[in-house]
Amino acid sequence: MSTVWIPPVLRASAGGAKQLDLAGGTVGEVINALISAHPSLESQIRTPEGGLNRFVNVYVNGQDIRYLGGESTAVAPADEVRLLPAMAGGSLTFAPSRWSR
Amino acid sequence: MTKSYSDILREARAEVREVSAGEVDVQRESKAPPLLLDVRETHEWEAGHLPGAVHVPRGHLESKIEGEAPDRSRPIVIYCASGIRSVFASKTLAEMGYTDVVSMSGGFQGWKSQGLPWVTPTVLSPEQKVRYSRHLLIPEVGAAGQAKLLDSKVLLIGAGGLGSPASLYLAAAGVGTIGIIDFDVVDLSNLQRQIVHTTDRIGEKKVESARKSLLALNPGINVIGHDEMLVADNVERIIKGYDVIVDGTDTFETRYLLNDAAVIAGIPVVHASVFRFEGQLTVFKPYDGPCYRCLYPTPPPPELAPGCSVAGVLGVVPGIMGLLQTNEVLKLLLGIGESLAGRLLLFDALEGSFTELKLRRDPNCPICSDAAVAARARGEAVALPVGQDVPFALGAAVGATSINPGSLSQDAR
Repeated sequence: MSTVWIPPVLRASAGGAKQLDLAGGTVGEVINALISAHPSLESQIRTPEGGLNRFVNVYVNGQDIRYLGGESTAVAPADEVRLLPAMAGGSLTFAPSRWSR
Repeated sequence: MTKSYSDILREARAEVREVSAGEVDVQRESKAPPLLLDVRETHEWEAGHLPGAVHVPRGHLESKIEGEAPDRSRPIVIYCASGIRSVFASKTLAEMGYTDVVSMSGGFQGWKSQGLPWVTPTVLSPEQKVRYSRHLLIPEVGAAGQAKLLDSKVLLIGAGGLGSPASLYLAAAGVGTIGIIDFDVVDLSNLQRQIVHTTDRIGEKKVESARKSLLALNPGINVIGHDEMLVADNVERIIKGYDVIVDGTDTFETRYLLNDAAVIAGIPVVHASVFRFEGQLTVFKPYDGPCYRCLYPTPPPPELAPGCSVAGVLGVVPGIMGLLQTNEVLKLLLGIGESLAGRLLLFDALEGSFTELKLRRDPNCPICSDAAVAARARGEAVALPVGQDVPFALGAAVGATSINPGSLSQDAR
């Protein structure tokens, strides 16, 4: 079981959990285990095509998996997996952002 | 037996090795330059000294030298005005166990008479010497470091929860010019964390409110208020000339805009963001670590990235993160310590814990990669793949020397 840290913005979709122990031999398997346990996380973590959203970074023991083996990065039982989406919250309140997509 | 001045000078000279100004000039340009130690009185130092020298008046030599030169085997060249006091100072350091100490014959007068380079330090006023006395006592800051801070310019993006503590401590530290960009007004709901403002200033422009607080704390600094929104057609003008930028934004639009412009201008951005009980912090130092686009090529949809006004925040969390930003700013300005460039620091207030993650430059980053730099050098505009994955098209507007306002919405207020 690897320990997966859930970022605050995703906790509401993970039953309020801050960390979860999940099984899996790779990052992808651990993330799939997380999504199986909390299906509403899927759209927040994965793209419709099944990849990882680019606004969510994943770290294994402090290292970005983009520079390891991506979702194929092996994880051992004692490893720490962190999901880290971009955080908006500074504290300057600008007008509502225009999302130009 | 009594000894005359000439006796003790002769005895000291017999024990101390002396070098010429010319030899010192060669040594100071070498790969491993010696520590240049000026042992004259303060008024002599203030009139001019060797470039890169440190100042310890001879009267404080024994008590302060270990702070300046903890390694007793490091080569040290001592000089004074004419090469007499430096002989006695060299003898003292030898007695303290310093093994590679020489005295510069002819002193500073001889140095100047040979036309060798010298500099005049920024002289602190009597009031500044008292105000910054705790900085002056730290060898890594000292008068030279304080002078650097007084000559520095720092821009705060936002006078909110992060910018409040950051600006107060920057002002207290004597950062000479503090710019603040914010178009908002003080609201009652801000005061739970935005401590640069006060209850009697509700409804007042934040830049004006912040200016009053900062100048009340330190009237010796210059506060520049930019009462406007940071947008594509003013970002280049506003950030120009600043040494460091403190990012306290809470919209991705502003953050990407600032990132792109700061990378191109070569200005480090000290970034922090907060959410309820947690915060994160890093330094985006152009080409010496990743930029924001390396970290997050695309922003999340709004529902996944609520700001403080939606998600809430424990007031002390931006306080802590804002002060950690100031810590990074001061290190960058003073050129000391290890910056957080390439490292993301996570703070969890409930756990009382810090966690560090390793960040890397994206070799394909459209803004800071080698290819992007080369393209700008050729005068080519940076082309980001504009589409569903890149909601902000502002990157496409970033050219080699200017930022075209065309592609960013201008009426978001």
